[in-house]
Amino acid sequence: MSKMNFSRRGVLKTGAVTGAGLALPTIFTSSASAYTNEPTGSSVKFGFNVPQTGPYAEEGLDELRAFELAVQHLNGEGDGGMLNTMSSKTLGGNGVLGKKVEFVTGDTQTKSDVARASAQSMIQKDGVVMVSGGSSSGVAVAVQSLCQEAGIIFMAALTHSNDTTGKDRKANGFRYFFNAYMSGAAIAPVLSSAYGNERRAYHLTADYTWGWTQQESIAASTEALGWETVSNVLTPVGAGDFSSYIAPVINSGADVLILNHYGGDMVNSLSQAVQFGLRDKMVNGKQFEIIVPLYSELMAAGAGSNIQGVYGTMNWNWQLQDPGTQAFVKSFGEKYGRPPSGAAHTAYVQTLLYADAATRAGTFEPCQIGAALEGFEFDGMGIGPTTYRAEDHQCFKDVLVMKGKDSPANEYDTLEIVEVTPRAQVEYAADHPMFGGAEASLGECNNG
Amino acid sequence: MDALFLQILNGLEKGGAYALIAMGLTLIFGTLGVVNFAHGALFMIGAFVAVTMQRIFNISLEIVDATQKDFLGNPLKVKVPYVIEWFGEGFGGFLIDWSVPLAILLAIPVMMLVGFVMERGLIKHFYKRPHADQILVTFGLAIVLQEIVKYFFGANPIPTPAPSDYRGTIDMAFFGLNLSYPIWRLIYFFFSAAVIAAVFAFLQFTTFGMVVRAGMADRETVGLLGIDIDRRFTLMFGIAAAVAGLAGVMYTPILSPNYHMGMDFLVLSFVVVVVGGMGSLSGAVAAGFLLGILQAFASMNEVKDIIPGIDQIIIYLVAIVILLTRPRGLLGRKGVMED
Repeated sequence: MSKMNFSRRGVLKTGAVTGAGLALPTIFTSSASAYTNEPTGSSVKFGFNVPQTGPYAEEGLDELRAFELAVQHLNGEGDGGMLNTMSSKTLGGNGVLGKKVEFVTGDTQTKSDVARASAQSMIQKDGVVMVSGGSSSGVAVAVQSLCQEAGIIFMAALTHSNDTTGKDRKANGFRYFFNAYMSGAAIAPVLSSAYGNERRAYHLTADYTWGWTQQESIAASTEALGWETVSNVLTPVGAGDFSSYIAPVINSGADVLILNHYGGDMVNSLSQAVQFGLRDKMVNGKQFEIIVPLYSELMAAGAGSNIQGVYGTMNWNWQLQDPGTQAFVKSFGEKYGRPPSGAAHTAYVQTLLYADAATRAGTFEPCQIGAALEGFEFDGMGIGPTTYRAEDHQCFKDVLVMKGKDSPANEYDTLEIVEVTPRAQVEYAADHPMFGGAEASLGECNNG
Repeated sequence: MDALFLQILNGLEKGGAYALIAMGLTLIFGTLGVVNFAHGALFMIGAFVAVTMQRIFNISLEIVDATQKDFLGNPLKVKVPYVIEWFGEGFGGFLIDWSVPLAILLAIPVMMLVGFVMERGLIKHFYKRPHADQILVTFGLAIVLQEIVKYFFGANPIPTPAPSDYRGTIDMAFFGLNLSYPIWRLIYFFFSAAVIAAVFAFLQFTTFGMVVRAGMADRETVGLLGIDIDRRFTLMFGIAAAVAGLAGVMYTPILSPNYHMGMDFLVLSFVVVVVGGMGSLSGAVAAGFLLGILQAFASMNEVKDIIPGIDQIIIYLVAIVILLTRPRGLLGRKGVMED
């Protein structure tokens, strides 16, 4: 029978030696490459993490189309799209820093845990240098934080919650899309002139980060006009039938219903509010109105005629007439036979902006790319001069106020641009209370 | 008070959908002994039959109109539906406008066929297997059906409006109350009540129904009498599929169909079946309406102010209470799903 002797000192020694042995390969790895997933071959890989199933799948699939188009343009295929119109002229259609761009895709299923797992796999298994995508702010915030820890740049696509570049902002994360505060600031004056300053608003709000911040922003903007917020009812995401939430609106004394819903939820809640005859009612001597603060073309198509005359805001719309928009709509339309959605535009622009920043920085090192994006001013990408603010990594540009078209000429002609709100009207301080106040911080940039 | 009645109406309409789906589930469970998790998918397929009907009526010929431009600046291809071209604005327009109710005519044969194929092709192989196997295979089937529908119809909800005359609200005045309620939702309630009544009548007053009921009570004895009970049960599967399909067709103007709408209803419908009592048709119907109404009440702001989040859990709460006090459900019989 063998005898085993364990001493405390012996165990500690063995543990230390084993630990050092295990850590050795990692030490070598980190000294071999200066940052996470430094590309060594002739190609560089991007990761596009979008919902391909679930309630926001249609937005995700349109983002994927745009990502694919952007990669083609970066590699010199197709007509070049916005490469020809963007003010920065570093990209010549020969890849990025001489490396051919490849990409992998993942399915977030609009679930934070699935999205994180998918992004993790892209970073660790596929070796991507950048992750982009997202069709829900909950997902975007989760993936942004993962990229921060992993030392990867996250170019957020569709995320509208104030938190993404507010209290949850990260040094490695950048957002081109506008946010809930901007929607409120842009739409309020239009609402004031259309519906007056004495209104009573009832909010139905999706119960997660985006819904909360949008409700807070819209309520603040409309209350500043003199409107009263009668009630704010939180609704579960994917509720389907909203009738039991809509019925109480009728006798609440409210004369405006504000739907802080997105995707399928917005299609259902708006259609059902119209079914309940809300828009035919006169309350407090005024015509009852419905407002959808955040619009998308895909939602508008889903809501059909119910959207007619309803106000909302957008980051961008294919009907704009600037050269950047026209170039993108032409490339996208010829390839896919349909105009791009706002989600597709953001996905496309973010990919190009990353590629441009890498080229200007002369490296794929995240912190240098971050530095190249911070304070970067550009134009020719769809909606006028734009700045990536250094303090919170939020883009500032004009915002579109839209209205459901009364007599659409075709299936894509669902919305009309009512006003292009100038950028100055939607700007705010980086330490604004709705964005985490003075405590909100980007933290340190992480190279991995 | 108005709000209370509105919620009762909401509950009845929602309860109608729950009852129709739960009744189909109970029929299948009672006859074939299969726990069919693909039943929600049948509801969803029914809804997409309405979408298909709408698409069929909207198949168009394209006429190039040089005076108008599309989004790329090319001459616009104007679409004119064939039914308008053939039958004129009057009848052609009527067909397009009435595509949802007309889809019922298409849904009955299509759904029965889907039911037969499902039962003969897959589910019959699992009759003798444990319930866990049945649940797994039917759940898998539901996901497959969902993905097929998503492949063909996309992931976004598709607007399928009711006929234009039935899109608005109807004003009702009774007991001193003045209510206005969406016409289609009322129609849905009456429609579900009619379908439920028809199924009960079929089982109660026809010889076929009598045999099926006898088979549900004692399958072996009915078989010993020389009756081919399996064939009848297959037909019942088809009928259950058709009931779920009809529920789906008529629900499309209320909820724009999307590929996962079946799953949303499935879980609730199972709770309805359990609360009603496994194998009890009348229990399923009663529980469907009861839970529909309770859910509507729980969504009222006044109730949620007292117990926040109650609207999300009320159904499960009631299920727990009922199962604790009446383990077989409201109208469950002894010996069903019991060793």
